[in-house]
Amino acid sequence: MASTTTVEPGRAGVGAQTAAYTRRRRGIPWSSVRSYVGIVAIVLFCLAPFYWMIVTAFRDVGYTFDNTPWPTHVTLDNFRTVFDTSLGNHFGRALVNSVIIGVCTTILAVMFGVFAAYALARLDFRGKFVVLGIVLGASMFPGVALLTPLFQLFTNIGWFGTYQALIIPDISFALPLTVYVLTAFFSEMPWELEQAALVDGATPGQAFRKVILPLAAPGLFTTAILAFIAAWNEFLLASQLSSDKTQPVTVAIASFTGSQPHQEPYTAIMAAGTIVTIPLVILVLILQRRIVAGLTAGGVKG
Amino acid sequence: MSATPEAGTGEAAPEQTTTPPRRGRPELTAARNRLGLYLITPTIVVLLVVIGYPVFRAVLMSFQNDAGLDPQTGLFVSGGFAGFKNYTHWLLQRCGGVSCPPGTLGSQFWPAMSATIFFTVASVVIEVVLGMWMALVMSRAFKGRGLLRASVLVPWSIPTAVTAKLWFFIFAFAGIANSLLHTKILWTGSQWPARFAVVVADVWKTTPFIALLILAGLQIIPEEVYEAAKVDGATKWQRFTRITLPLVRPALLVAVLFRTLDVLRIFDLPYILTGGSNGTTTLSILVVNQIRQGFNSAAALSTITFVFIFLVAFVFVKVLGANVVKTQQSQQKGAR
Amino acid sequence: MIRRTRLLAVSAVLAVGALVMAGCGGGGSSGGGSNQGVTGRGPITYVAGKDNNNINRPTINKWNAAHPDQKVTFKEQSDQADQQHDDLVQHFQAKDANYDVVSVDVIWTAEFAAKGWLQPLKDSFAADTSKFLPATVKTATYNNTLYALPYASDGGLLFYRKDLVKTPPKTWDEMMGMCSIAKKNNMDCYAGQFAKYEGLTVNAAEAINTAGGKIVGDDGKTPEVNSPEATKGLGRLADAYKSGNIPKQAITYQEEQGRQSFEAGKLLFLRNWPYVFSLATTDASSKVKDKFGIAPLPGDSGPGASSLGGHDAAISAFSAHKATAIDFLKFWTSEETGRYFATQGSLAPVLSSLYDDPTLIKKLPYLPTLKTSITNAVPRPVTPFYPAVTKAVEDNAYAAMKGDKPVQQALNDMQNAIKAAAS
Repeated sequence: MASTTTVEPGRAGVGAQTAAYTRRRRGIPWSSVRSYVGIVAIVLFCLAPFYWMIVTAFRDVGYTFDNTPWPTHVTLDNFRTVFDTSLGNHFGRALVNSVIIGVCTTILAVMFGVFAAYALARLDFRGKFVVLGIVLGASMFPGVALLTPLFQLFTNIGWFGTYQALIIPDISFALPLTVYVLTAFFSEMPWELEQAALVDGATPGQAFRKVILPLAAPGLFTTAILAFIAAWNEFLLASQLSSDKTQPVTVAIASFTGSQPHQEPYTAIMAAGTIVTIPLVILVLILQRRIVAGLTAGGVKG
Repeated sequence: MSATPEAGTGEAAPEQTTTPPRRGRPELTAARNRLGLYLITPTIVVLLVVIGYPVFRAVLMSFQNDAGLDPQTGLFVSGGFAGFKNYTHWLLQRCGGVSCPPGTLGSQFWPAMSATIFFTVASVVIEVVLGMWMALVMSRAFKGRGLLRASVLVPWSIPTAVTAKLWFFIFAFAGIANSLLHTKILWTGSQWPARFAVVVADVWKTTPFIALLILAGLQIIPEEVYEAAKVDGATKWQRFTRITLPLVRPALLVAVLFRTLDVLRIFDLPYILTGGSNGTTTLSILVVNQIRQGFNSAAALSTITFVFIFLVAFVFVKVLGANVVKTQQSQQKGAR
Repeated sequence: MIRRTRLLAVSAVLAVGALVMAGCGGGGSSGGGSNQGVTGRGPITYVAGKDNNNINRPTINKWNAAHPDQKVTFKEQSDQADQQHDDLVQHFQAKDANYDVVSVDVIWTAEFAAKGWLQPLKDSFAADTSKFLPATVKTATYNNTLYALPYASDGGLLFYRKDLVKTPPKTWDEMMGMCSIAKKNNMDCYAGQFAKYEGLTVNAAEAINTAGGKIVGDDGKTPEVNSPEATKGLGRLADAYKSGNIPKQAITYQEEQGRQSFEAGKLLFLRNWPYVFSLATTDASSKVKDKFGIAPLPGDSGPGASSLGGHDAAISAFSAHKATAIDFLKFWTSEETGRYFATQGSLAPVLSSLYDDPTLIKKLPYLPTLKTSITNAVPRPVTPFYPAVTKAVEDNAYAAMKGDKPVQQALNDMQNAIKAAAS
């Protein structure tokens, strides 16, 4: 049963008491046990390969193919290799680039998405279904076939190696999902809420900003996270359109090399992958409350 | 969409509408129309430039021949108009005058189509089931739920290239999968293990995506609906099927639709994991391989893929009603 | 809000409209004209893949010190051959003048030359190729014209456990006969690179060429792979896989997996590139440190035909400073630079004289064996349709090895596929 983070005190008291009473009556709280088993199973599923990645990242490169499940031959060398700048790699700068590209993409994609979703969910205008069709259609073309035309386009206008050459395509990849999710969210908001605000003297824009947007916060932050991660993970276009100065981490990782040709710098790649995941985990930890900030803040009840 | 629960409670929330009420002043409606158009302009413009222009170019190029070799100079020269030749190459397996022999890319078209469909169905079904379960668990209130949500997103946040390399080494013959399971399976060496490996890697990576979207959708469901149902004696399963599923349907359908469109275009994971061998070549891998051999034929293949995916989405929208605007409008008509 | 949105929307439309118009302008000229190139001197850019051993930068610095007004900038690509290829293709298709001298894998030279992207090295760009190993020059030649100069080579070597096998096998049958030693010691017998990728073409070509067969004729287009010799060659691999002399897991092996198995002491014979030598000697986890030797690939009468690897350096047809480029090319392939590449970077030299140099032999003990290998090497098909040819070879050789189809049929299909590709 879904429960939410903020609950009115009285209700919580009654509910909690009932639950506790039921628990005491029945003995072993099977539902809680099931919950915890479920939680442990989920965490194992999600983190087991990641754990293997970390173990490998800390393993000495001479023992790359060692299959011992717990950490052996532990060393920090791989992390040093990742940040080593003597061979022209600049992983730190790549991290900064990724952050810049990710943040810009997210802000613009969510902004454009909110505009479009408001129009689609709240306004009447001709060609609504055409618009929805175009937005969805943008997710149907194989991304690998976009490379050459976009490369030539951006090179011709002199945008090769700039941030905007990466940000604009990333926005277009994030937009379809953003628009659809936000439209779904806004469509579910009852019109009465805005009407009440309008009656109180707000303009439609203010009604939207102050009433609807906060209620759609779960949708907003969800799409923000997804857009950021999509921009963070994008590789194909970035590999073609970025220069040494603007390359994001995905391209930097692909440039890792062993000390010999044909050698796969597997441990260094795992170390880089570990480093790259940390900012995202922090981001999610910060934002995860917002994802589930529910409607009990006084929204649709009564 | 009206939030009237089906488990008959006495008094439902007052009927709530989600379309704007009719206004009698035409200038206001016209102004709203203009506003609507302005608001969608940035989105449409970005999409038309980044995706519309390449699509347009691809369609144009697909009607030209690939460059051919001039026997005298030994240099490639432009191929000239091709009509539908590039399309029959793929769809009807015509390579010159003969049926495409094994070892050419043309012969791989239909196997790639079937591999793509297999990955789509398998991945999406598993991811929806797992994602729903994860979303339900994540939406509960308990200590440490923040860490749970962060750990659920870890697979999704690792760059695909790194994930693919990780699974490549997990599934290597001498890798940890065989080591832990005490098996000697050639994961990347035969068809079904290879497909299994790709599906496992893909499910691990993208279940969080679906879980997150379903979780967001779950937040819309008001608490009292469940309380009322519990009071009425509905079991957990009934609460799930009669309340949760219908109310989370819009978010779920959007998640499934986009996930399907994504898997139909999947490239990175099978390419790095198996190189596309053993029945794991997808349409996008075929496109990339073809680009190296002849760009016009690749443009035709991209267009075919585009049309195929469009048809899938069309069926989706028609049959499952994934179109959000239409859904609430038709429900509105029903309610009135 | 309406006013702000309107402003935003209009400016967005204008900005993107400008974008579209610029893009529709097509891939026009983006650099100096080619008539200036013949005598053009000035700064240039050298494009190559990842510099594993940091040899490119010091060499370029040396040039820059001696030529301050013709400085070379090093543009480093990724480590993956596929990405390097695609990166070059993108820039050439866009007629980019920023790429002046490019490093090309030996299998790409014909393709790029046929597309008119490389400057032919004749007339004012002529270069002396007499000092290079003939096989390496063949990789840089297309249609009887020289298009690049080789600067690094690579040949296949047979790594074997010298503590278990006193003398390395000279023929394939001899090697298969020694598999009983492997069985006795609970090891796999022989492995190469048999996953479905370029490495399989390398190995299959070696098997076919060693037996006297050919994949394509001298014109680079006509397939000649449907011959009894080729059947014999490819059949050796298929039979060994069926009988277990090649272990089942070798069908998933790229270079690293074979090396891993050999270093763990689980493999008796390994066909791989010279890079394994230093890693097997210095890797902490290597169990075969002093126990392995190197030999040329087994052949029929004489050493086997190794596939030729390596890189050539070429001048882009769109470069604005081609005079500088050709001078740099000659510097890059000079004896001094070759020696530096060999000692510092373990890159197999292309100049015959360097193979007999005692100091180099001391540093790279496998050098004499490598010379035999490269002298007897057969380049992979020098054809502008190389991507299609290698696909035809890979797919069918893979099926033949796994036993999915008989060798004769696989070669038939290979022949038809190559014919279809070159049409």
